[in-house]
Amino acid sequence: MSSSPYAPAPESTRPRLRDEYGLFIGGKWCSPQRGRYDVTIDPAREEPIARIAYGGPDDVARAIRSARKAYERWWAPMKPATRAKYLFRIARAITERSREIAVLESMDGGKPIREARDFDVPTAAAHFFYHAGWADKLEWVLRAGRRPHPLGVCGAIVPWNFPLLMAAWKIAPALACGNTVVLKPAETTPMTALLLAEIARDADLPPGVLNVVTGDGATGAALVAHPGLDKVAFTGSTEVGREIARALAGRETRLTLELGGKAAHILFADAPLDQAIEGVVRGIYFNQGHVCCAGSRLLVEESILDESVARLQQRIDRLRVGDPLDKNTDIGAINSRAQLERIDELVRSGVEQGATLIQQRCDLPERGYFYRASFFTNVQSSHRIAREEIFGPVLAVMTFRTPEEAIEKANDTPYGLSAGIWTERGSTNMAVAQRLRAGVVWCNTFNRFDPASPFGGYRESGFGREGGVHGLGEYLA
Amino acid sequence: MKRVCVDAVMLESRANELAARSIKGETKRAWIDLAISCIDLTTLEGRDSPGRVRSLCAKARTPLPGSGAPSVAAVCVYPNFVGIARRALEGSGVRVASVATAFPAGQSELAVKLADVEQAVRAGADEIDMVVDRGALLSGDEDRVTVEIAAVKNRCGDRHLKVILETGELGSYTAIRRACDLALEAGADTIKSSTGKIGTNATFPTALAMCDALASFFRRTGVRRGLKLAGGIRNTKQALGYLAILNETLGEPWLDPGSFRFGASALLDDLLMQRERIRTGHYTRPERIPKD
Repeated sequence: MSSSPYAPAPESTRPRLRDEYGLFIGGKWCSPQRGRYDVTIDPAREEPIARIAYGGPDDVARAIRSARKAYERWWAPMKPATRAKYLFRIARAITERSREIAVLESMDGGKPIREARDFDVPTAAAHFFYHAGWADKLEWVLRAGRRPHPLGVCGAIVPWNFPLLMAAWKIAPALACGNTVVLKPAETTPMTALLLAEIARDADLPPGVLNVVTGDGATGAALVAHPGLDKVAFTGSTEVGREIARALAGRETRLTLELGGKAAHILFADAPLDQAIEGVVRGIYFNQGHVCCAGSRLLVEESILDESVARLQQRIDRLRVGDPLDKNTDIGAINSRAQLERIDELVRSGVEQGATLIQQRCDLPERGYFYRASFFTNVQSSHRIAREEIFGPVLAVMTFRTPEEAIEKANDTPYGLSAGIWTERGSTNMAVAQRLRAGVVWCNTFNRFDPASPFGGYRESGFGREGGVHGLGEYLA
Repeated sequence: MKRVCVDAVMLESRANELAARSIKGETKRAWIDLAISCIDLTTLEGRDSPGRVRSLCAKARTPLPGSGAPSVAAVCVYPNFVGIARRALEGSGVRVASVATAFPAGQSELAVKLADVEQAVRAGADEIDMVVDRGALLSGDEDRVTVEIAAVKNRCGDRHLKVILETGELGSYTAIRRACDLALEAGADTIKSSTGKIGTNATFPTALAMCDALASFFRRTGVRRGLKLAGGIRNTKQALGYLAILNETLGEPWLDPGSFRFGASALLDDLLMQRERIRTGHYTRPERIPKD
């Protein structure tokens, strides 16, 4: 039973953009000292969006100096309730400009406008609102009797999957606690970070409280290497996380890492299957699977394997892959050519190792980096697709017979960021959740976020928490 | 038959997401006409009169003269007006539907309910909208529910039987799903959400739960049964939302008056307004759409 296609419903708003963007340091736009620029492209059209500065060590040093000055002169001594006002102002500005930001996020990163509009932007605003409320109540964060102190200058390095949201996760608590920030967005998705800089300036945030230094991995490395940082907050790959931990070893600089994942859904035979399949689909195909906590493994109780696979196959055929700016698109563009090649390589390894590949039947746009929603059956725990983070719309389906086996398989990974349990029985939910080694366990839902809820991983998924009281503690001494 | 449980949080989130699909351009134009042709134009009031039924029938045939709008699927009335509707709709292709079985509460003996059905059938109804015994459903007496549906179906002969579940009174999505499964198993040609006579009518999540039941029945038996959503569906945006839910769960074959109906009265006027806007490029005055 096929579904009827929809006429195009393109988002009509287009953000006003400049051809070239410099670095945002000390409240002003400036050119990188070595003068290096490169383009950021729209992955759905393979067309440039703007030229972006690539900051070098000198620029990083300048940004940290300006952040230090802002910290000492204005931000740390400021009355906490006044800091809160700035954060509220930024939160409101994000809400007011939400449509423009959503379009830009979708253009630069390839994600569907529906997700940018309904998830990324409102959740980013929610983080600012939430943390604004905390700014003058920080004595409740720490143990009774301890006075909260900010750390100083924080370096925030964020990935390309949720550019604005990950920036908000770091900037909002850092500023609420009285720290200043140097933000380094990913080179493929710098646009909304630059727009956030513009918002901060329009909100009259004191110069230097938020600095944005765009660039690639070298810029990030220069930031981490600088001795003037008091804290580094990183979200990204486990590989880069390791390098950062190595660079900071033996230094006073505090560190939180939010890294990769290989989360498992455990689907019990008594689960509400219609909703569970829907949750599994959202768990892996949300944001093209570019989600560190994506549910990329599905452990199904053996008795419902055939039904689940049949339902899953039927369901992915209904996903709409295509123009991220069309309001009905479910799966947008893969963020970059390099990522597309990595997904393709891992999927080929799955086929070579003997797993069965099932892909959605649909046409892909002629231009742009697109990938079909895919899943594998007959997957063994030793297969690469069951162990490595694919970071794409690819799910590995495996089976279990007893809860014991399910728990064992779910924990059989070097990661431990998230997990999902699908069952109608509350007792099963509780018993299994207790034994999953994952920072977040979702029961009968998946990929739900709230600024009040701490998020973070076990083992190779990193350490430290973001969000809620736990997250605030990471920005206080 | 296996009991299926439904998770409210995911169901509601999915339903609202589907209902927010952006239906534009050619799809919007086609779906407005589809929605019109799927309407059971309904009047179920104590003040219904032969004149009012006749004027409703005229509107059902030609909703807006000169506009090219299609006629609706059926006119839905109380049993005592079936004969009048039958004559008024002669040759139009618009079917006559009648509520029966002690509509809307269903609080009567089976013999009385069957007599109600029989009268409607004898007067020429093509379709019967019966109400299920919610008391039996809620108390767990599922046999009574299925026996009653089967008996009514038997009395309907080859008439199309719609079974009204009154989902607003069932208390949970799991109970709604159970009612759908029982009704389909007992021989309902169409499952229908509401009478329109209580506070809670059709909602997007209810519609999705019903679609899931129909999809499951289709997978099990290969038979396509119908869906009717009724009560509180007043504007085009809601109608398009329901059609999107239908489209993405059951699929294209259900987008047809043979498998899907809206039970409504005010909805038609808003669909016609939107249709006129697309056809002429500007909004028409509400006064230009005949009231009934």
